[in-house]
Amino acid sequence: MRADYLAKRVGLFLLILWLASTINFFLPRLGGQDPVRAQLGAQAAMGGGSQVGMKEMIAEYDSRFGLTKPLWEQYLTYLNDTAHLNFNFSMSAYPTKVIDIIWRSLPWTLTLLGVTTLMAWTIGTVLGALLTQPNAPRFLKFLLAPILTLSAIPFFLLGLLLIYLLGFQLRWFPLAGGYDQGLLPALDPKIIANMIYHSILPALSIILASIGFWTLGMRGVMISTQGEDYLLFAESKGLRGATVFWRYAIRNALLPQLTALALALGNVVSGAVLVEVIFQYPGVGSLLYQSIRASDFFMIQGVVFMIIVAIGVATLVLDIVYPLLDPRISYARR
Amino acid sequence: MANDTWRYMRRNPELIVGLCLLGVLLLFVAIGHAIVDLDKARPLSGRPLLPPSPSLPFGSDKQGRNLLAVMVIGTPQTLEIGVLAGLIGVTVGTMLALTSAFYRGTADAIIRGVVDVGLTIPGLMVLITLAMNVKGGLSIPQMTLVVAALAWLFPARVIRAQVLSARERSYIDIARLSGMPTPMIIIKEVLPNLMPFIVASLVGSVSAAVLASVGLEVLGLGSFDSLTIGMTLYWVIYYAAIINSWWWWWIPPIVIIIILFTGLFMIAVGLDEISNPRLRRRA
Repeated sequence: MRADYLAKRVGLFLLILWLASTINFFLPRLGGQDPVRAQLGAQAAMGGGSQVGMKEMIAEYDSRFGLTKPLWEQYLTYLNDTAHLNFNFSMSAYPTKVIDIIWRSLPWTLTLLGVTTLMAWTIGTVLGALLTQPNAPRFLKFLLAPILTLSAIPFFLLGLLLIYLLGFQLRWFPLAGGYDQGLLPALDPKIIANMIYHSILPALSIILASIGFWTLGMRGVMISTQGEDYLLFAESKGLRGATVFWRYAIRNALLPQLTALALALGNVVSGAVLVEVIFQYPGVGSLLYQSIRASDFFMIQGVVFMIIVAIGVATLVLDIVYPLLDPRISYARR
Repeated sequence: MANDTWRYMRRNPELIVGLCLLGVLLLFVAIGHAIVDLDKARPLSGRPLLPPSPSLPFGSDKQGRNLLAVMVIGTPQTLEIGVLAGLIGVTVGTMLALTSAFYRGTADAIIRGVVDVGLTIPGLMVLITLAMNVKGGLSIPQMTLVVAALAWLFPARVIRAQVLSARERSYIDIARLSGMPTPMIIIKEVLPNLMPFIVASLVGSVSAAVLASVGLEVLGLGSFDSLTIGMTLYWVIYYAAIINSWWWWWIPPIVIIIILFTGLFMIAVGLDEISNPRLRRRA
């Protein structure tokens, strides 16, 4: 792999982080009045047990981001904080730090999202490839229409329907949450089984709703590779149909699918955030929903930033893996 | 001509089904406006949580809104957000794509860079950041603008690629050799040939914009007195209508959303067949 390709991709990743934190800093300040400061004031005025803490938090906020400091100095402070993943304290759960709460929720989201995306991508890709084969089983052709229709429906709507049908009516699966109440998440086989049981419905709504996208994409690529010379060559060598299909046709058609995966990650995350809200799944999506309801600005900023970082890392990894799979990329000067 | 169109339409059933589905929605809204008292969509205009009955075909929600009236008002509002944001997105995207592909150079580098970076960032996250800085939830025009803020990125990329391939065609060379100025070439030669793609990406953008606005509303960033489908779903989740067996509350918005998205999807598939003859099924 060429060093300049790697440098370019890493540079793009850093650029995205810088952009995200810059937007986080300047947007609230565009309106003249800082809504973060206003929300802090409102939270303190509500009183309650954390009022003393809130006053300290305001004093701390003013000393770092108050009007006494020039804007560029505030900006540098903010960038430095973000680089250290310091998103301040949670406004609604003072004195817990935003990042600590995020670290608790992130594994839930990453696991759910990683597993479901991988499964949907694999199933969809194989299905799409099989569909272009003249001798494909007939039931696949009938499967195509419902799968494509499902792909048009937002993830979370499918989730609502699944809760009603499989959770509420049939009582096969729990209605909400990431584990039974009274359990503490831990690496114990019984508890893990319980967590998997709770994750089946949310996972199902993501998988069912996204298979169609991959099926359609793969089918398109496979159709366009059908007339290629290397397939003709493989066939005329007398290779078995299965070998031609798996080793020649699919392997080459996979590359565009991988690019599509990198591009689709953002949409998948956006969809999964809402699925978590519907299922009250203990990941960052639910955290985002609760902090929007509590107007917890620091928490919202932190979650948004961490999701952008996570997607950035995933895209970076795919970008780095890609030229290893497709040797044409690393030599092409762009 | 009309006969040809009809023959083509019969070969492209997806387009017909899609248009019919959208037609059903519009018909529902039109008839609703004629027969339903829209004042009943206000909270406390009736008794709360009544199941459907002849006088109240869709029942009422927990705040005493007549849900039929809410759907009749909310459906066009949600559509309006999607269509306007989609139109803004595709118009801006097309203009940037044409500038980028025809003039190349610095403009191209900047536009391509912004689009590449912008598409790597999960859109909903940026929209949340924008929305949370608007006081008191997003009204419908604000929602349209926020959603439109990112709606141009994808059209810009897709259409630019098409323009790049279009400008290498020989009819463009001929236009250039006969002394046609570049803006004229773009308007008279390139745009008409790109129309199928532009319409296809408009359908995609509308669908993406509706999805984004519903998403923001479900997360609680919409205006609480707005009656859009997304806000109805927000209240459905807020009051846990599903596990409380208030089925009449959540079925209509879900059905409307499903009809809308399936309709747009079918139209997109149908248009794809027009602009990508390669995908055309072998008869």
